Amino acid sequence: MTTTWDVLVIGGGVAGLSAVIAARRLGGSARLVESAPLALRGGNARHARNFRIAHAEPEFFAPGAYPEDEFLSELVRTTGGGTDAELARSLIADTTDVVDWLAGNGVRLQNPATSAIPFSRRTAFLLGGGKAMINALYQTAEKIGVVIGYDSKAKVLGRSGDGFWEVEIRNGAATERVRANALVAASGGPRALAEGLVLRGGAYSDGAWMQRMIEAGAQTIGDPASGHMVAVDARGPQVDGGIVTRITALPYGLVVDRNAIAIGLPGADSGRAHYAKWGARIAQCPEGLSFLILDSDGLRRAPPSALEPVRAETPAGLAEALGLDGVALARAFEGCKKLAGPPFFAFPMRAGLTFVHFGLAVDGHMRVKTRDGGIFPTLFAAGMIMAANILPRGYLAGLGVTLAVVSGRRAGEAAARHALA
Amino acid sequence: MPSLEVVRETGRVLRLCAACMYCDGLCPVFPALSGKHENSGADMIYLANLCHNCRACWDDCQYAPPHAFAVNVPATLAAMRRDSYADYVWPGALAGAFRRPALGAAIFVGVALAVMLIVLAPHGSWGALHWARLGSGSFYAVAPLGLMMGLAGASVGWAVLSLAISTLRFGRAISGDARSHFSPRALKLAAAEIVTLRHLDGGGAGCKEYGPRFSQRRRVFHQIMVAGFVLLVAATLAAAFLQHFLGVLPPFAHMSLPVVLGVAGGFAVVVGTTGLLAIEVRSEREPSERGETRLNLVFLVMIETVVLSGLALLLWRDTAAMGPLLALHLGLVTGFFAAIPATKAVHAPFRAAAILRSAMERLSRRRREARNAAASD
Repeated sequence: MTTTWDVLVIGGGVAGLSAVIAARRLGGSARLVESAPLALRGGNARHARNFRIAHAEPEFFAPGAYPEDEFLSELVRTTGGGTDAELARSLIADTTDVVDWLAGNGVRLQNPATSAIPFSRRTAFLLGGGKAMINALYQTAEKIGVVIGYDSKAKVLGRSGDGFWEVEIRNGAATERVRANALVAASGGPRALAEGLVLRGGAYSDGAWMQRMIEAGAQTIGDPASGHMVAVDARGPQVDGGIVTRITALPYGLVVDRNAIAIGLPGADSGRAHYAKWGARIAQCPEGLSFLILDSDGLRRAPPSALEPVRAETPAGLAEALGLDGVALARAFEGCKKLAGPPFFAFPMRAGLTFVHFGLAVDGHMRVKTRDGGIFPTLFAAGMIMAANILPRGYLAGLGVTLAVVSGRRAGEAAARHALA
Repeated sequence: MPSLEVVRETGRVLRLCAACMYCDGLCPVFPALSGKHENSGADMIYLANLCHNCRACWDDCQYAPPHAFAVNVPATLAAMRRDSYADYVWPGALAGAFRRPALGAAIFVGVALAVMLIVLAPHGSWGALHWARLGSGSFYAVAPLGLMMGLAGASVGWAVLSLAISTLRFGRAISGDARSHFSPRALKLAAAEIVTLRHLDGGGAGCKEYGPRFSQRRRVFHQIMVAGFVLLVAATLAAAFLQHFLGVLPPFAHMSLPVVLGVAGGFAVVVGTTGLLAIEVRSEREPSERGETRLNLVFLVMIETVVLSGLALLLWRDTAAMGPLLALHLGLVTGFFAAIPATKAVHAPFRAAAILRSAMERLSRRRREARNAAASD
């Protein structure tokens, strides 16, 4: 039997959850299709820590104020003016009640006083991190009657005469045909930027859905060859490493490539965003591989790392342990003023991709635009799949979750309104 | 020494936690890791005992299995904790009871049976106990006061001595530099956190039980049980007072202070231990460490058995069953205190010591931060 849904949401990250909860709360029947198994559900939001919100006065979760105008001007600056300012302004206005909305759906925030890390007026911290948020949102969705399927892939078969979407949902060997009045695509952005990159997010959002929509005539936005990358430990997992494999101590030591040639970042070896620049630099190294070498003092200044550094008493010993040319490495040591003396510590590094500056173009209701200048009236996009409308380049800390919630909520509500009209 | 495997896994997991720090709002274990590349063996033992096993970090962990990093903080720290019980228990011969929790139960049952035989021997048979006369002083007809005092004194004295020395050994091992931060305020903070089981609140929602369920029930049942135990101690003191100063001999009247306190305490312990047992049995297994679960089950069943035997004695003390029930109760109480040093009971003083160190460090950090803030103004 074919079931019919007011709103079908593809992707169970925070954008999909926000969309499906918002749609269900407006009274629509709502179904969520998540490609990951339950234990790994939630997309990249599992690895989120905090999210950026505008607020006019001090709140329990963030001191001071972060005016909407300041938020927008920082966004304009990081994107070099590339952001869709009109859309960005209206989504930023939506961020002012994101905390209340999440809290109303069971998500708990951290009191900055209990935090071991510095808090900021720009972002609110999730108690227990992104997975705690994901767990709470799934629990809420279930409670209010959203039907959720894990390990499931959705494939659009076409549209029937009455304009409904015909979708096949596959779970292992079982397949099911469903009809949906409106579709929300919250299936994540593209992942395959280049060979040799580590994917920091989950293995289950592969961008395949987005690719099929592009083939079906959706308009794209942003640059498929540009992404937000940081240096990560090359020994960590190829996918899903999240926050712990990030290497941020590059300014305190010597960075060499596969040939033991020192590499650097001209004019920018410190400051808050240095590690994002390092990501792109490492991606250009031979085989995408590089090594950070620290002395004891450098290691002491570095934050704790998931994996122990490789340790050696001499440059030659380090070269051997890392499989590098000893003569070349000795030369690199000579040219480096940052290494005082043994013992030496090294982290092999690759570029870890956070997201690609590329996605589907949407209008103010999160409806997907078509290449010929029109829109798909019942196809909505939320989360990283539409992030390039706001972030065609650069990044602001905590913007991913925020964008997912505000775009998801807007898409879910618009989809439900359409279906219930 | 804890086993090498446990130390390695604890080191690996805590290193990941220090790099992640997403759980720093859940309990004081995580902030204590902040900025630390490595933890000494003593620090691992300290953190393992500071962990209250609320499992909030299990649900929230982005690196829990099936993730490649397979981080399981609750089970890892539980294994470390159990090793620390074995390492610091005095006398060291009891260490085996923490590797094989059935040994604690064996001491309990063995001593209880022995005491029952000692009580029984002068009477010749269980049958003879049936003829114990009723009314004031009848308990002493079953077991003379001297015998009762001897059994109680020896078993409680042993329990207190062993727990005290074990705790001193443990405290010395974990205190390190923390000792210099001692202050009455830290003691007060630690006491408040112990009384309220503050760190069993999982950052607000309570303990993880099963499925997505979190609740404060473990906290509540645990403290009902502890309150019951306190009432039972009060009942014993009240009984001693009545006998020594007023010359009233047991069994005491139903509305007397010892009986009222004893019944209230007994019911509280039964409610608390039953609740804790029900939660333990239904808890998710993956974040549990099997050895610790067994220690918990053995200890809870022991407590509940002793208290139920006391309530049974009260209920049937005016019948022919009084004699055997009194012998059983005396045996179980003595067995309980004899076995205590080799049971989960050690978690209480060990964790209290860990909470005290944590309180000292947190207050000292707060003072340092306040000084730095003042200096930068």
